[in-house]
Amino acid sequence: MSPFQILLVAMRALWRNKLRSFLTTLGIIIGVGEVISMMAIGAGAKAQVESTFAAMGTNLLIVLPGAANTSGQRGGFGSGQTITWDDFSAIRDEVPTVKHAAPSLRSSQSIVAGEVNWTTSVTGTTPDYFDIRNWPVASGSAFTQSDIDAGTKVIILGQTVVEKLFGANADPVGQSVRVGTTPFNVIGVAAKKGQSASGQDYDDTAFLPATTFAQKIQGGLNRYLSGQIYVEAISSDATERAEKDVTALLRQRHHLTDRDDDDFSIRNLSEMADSRQQSADTMTALLASVAAVSLLVGGIGIMNIMLVSVTERTREIGVRMALGAKPYNVLLQFLTEALVLSMLGGLVGVIIGVGTAQWIAIRFGWATLVQPQVIMLSFAFSAFVGVVFGVYPARKASQLDPIEALRYE
Amino acid sequence: MTGATGDTLIELRDVHKIYGQGTEAEVHALRGITVAITRGEFVAIMGTSGSGKSTLMNLLGCLDRPTSGSYHLAGREIARMSKGELAETRNEVLGFVFQNFNLLSRTSALENVELPLIYRGEKSKVRKARAKESLERVGLGQRMGHTPNQLSGGQQQRVAIARALVGKPEVLLADEPTGNLDSRTSTEVMALFQELGESGITVVLVTHEPDIAEYASRVLVVKDGVVVSDERKTPKRAADELDRVSQGSAAIAAQLARTKAEAEAAR
Repeated sequence: MSPFQILLVAMRALWRNKLRSFLTTLGIIIGVGEVISMMAIGAGAKAQVESTFAAMGTNLLIVLPGAANTSGQRGGFGSGQTITWDDFSAIRDEVPTVKHAAPSLRSSQSIVAGEVNWTTSVTGTTPDYFDIRNWPVASGSAFTQSDIDAGTKVIILGQTVVEKLFGANADPVGQSVRVGTTPFNVIGVAAKKGQSASGQDYDDTAFLPATTFAQKIQGGLNRYLSGQIYVEAISSDATERAEKDVTALLRQRHHLTDRDDDDFSIRNLSEMADSRQQSADTMTALLASVAAVSLLVGGIGIMNIMLVSVTERTREIGVRMALGAKPYNVLLQFLTEALVLSMLGGLVGVIIGVGTAQWIAIRFGWATLVQPQVIMLSFAFSAFVGVVFGVYPARKASQLDPIEALRYE
Repeated sequence: MTGATGDTLIELRDVHKIYGQGTEAEVHALRGITVAITRGEFVAIMGTSGSGKSTLMNLLGCLDRPTSGSYHLAGREIARMSKGELAETRNEVLGFVFQNFNLLSRTSALENVELPLIYRGEKSKVRKARAKESLERVGLGQRMGHTPNQLSGGQQQRVAIARALVGKPEVLLADEPTGNLDSRTSTEVMALFQELGESGITVVLVTHEPDIAEYASRVLVVKDGVVVSDERKTPKRAADELDRVSQGSAAIAAQLARTKAEAEAAR
């Protein structure tokens, strides 16, 4: 018997019990559909976490000054002035695991363009900042080292600020705005970056050269750096090393002994990303295992109906055997039926799963991601279920005694 | 084929069959049967229920193996074959006709007849051509697309006979083939068997009806697991019987017409 012939016989047998075949397949359809849509939700959540952290900048460390201690009242990290501009230069130039470092001096300022004003978070920084944050300038240009050295009055605006001050899709490069009382020349617009994980709008911001920021907004450039330092490690694997190296450098520069606590703090964003990633993975695994169980239940449904079918068709099996069907012919026939059931179920399940994932994305606005390997895997698993749960009934059929089978009423 | 007086095709030598051997419910169904059947014979096996004739039929049909003794069929030793080899022998050497026809339901006559060739691995074209030929031989060339429930009992049995013949078997085994048919259809089926026997096919028939056994050229009677009588005779010709019956019914029809005409005239 050719494989095609076997397939044809199986299809015909299933077609004779259309409704029953469909209901049996439903178990697999739901199982596969569930696996695919659940995995799509999990993968979507994971991808969202990934892109959120990618937007913040990968391999990122943030160095904060220590706490101020004013008559016993401790102000929390970043409130004190413990990190100097020289510390910053040392981190940038002396630590081999550090690729870039940039200061981030921040203040909320009102920016005025003509009659319109908008209050936003203004950051004073250096050109490296845009590399660390993966944040290119979309139009115009970024400021250069010479802008830092000379303390020029130039500004780069975020997309939201452009929209609020000049209207959507306007190009403000070359125009003049005021920050406080100081006029600044707009030299560039930062690319759109979207929202942070906590819903904060990254694009509602503006950038000044760090030196200009210190002089015009912080009231003069002094020894201490009043803000944070963004540090990018040379690779994501080196992030931990870089954290240790920067810690060692700062402790040495601040002459801290073994008994002293750090007078600064370092936040490691890749650690946060890892833990978020892990929780997304756990969720995916949980959803997938629930779905896999329903696929298993679908498989048991197939076994049940195949057993019924073998009993029902005992006479037919007897006739086929009398006419020359060998045990393996019968085995193959019933196994093929189980396989056709489960694989058809798998196919429909894939379509429904992908559809459900799309629908969830549209209806609830969740990020879903259908991965081709998940489709392949769940389809293969449905075929596997068909074989596993088809073998027992098929073996039972093939081992029937032809005399008994022919006599069966 | 060497015709009716040829070599031995079936040879049973001291065949025993014991069911449930070694248990309390041990049944000694066959107690030493020795029979030789030559090519082209038309043999009827008779016996009451429980005589062992069904067991004998199952053994002859290679559906079962004897507990002891030997069984040669067309030069093959059956007694020690595996299940697969038995299936192969059934497919190549034997054709089966059952009392309740055993056609696959919701499957056309043509597809039913194709079945043995499917398990022989024949190509679809060859199968269709030979199944068609076989159905034409039993006079059902016009009903190939019909399913069993669209056919009468006699027609169903003829489909079953076509199925048994499609593989060009050496032996046709029929287990009470007329048990579910009326007497006229039974005679038609027996006429077909006799025709097949004349063309060189060996026919072995199990029946408990003496008037069916009359059409065979040899009658074996089985009782309590042994052959108690083995008789060769000149068979009654089923075709003649059919002629007689149709003449008879023609005479009755003529008589009826006459009576009717007389009644009309009297009015």
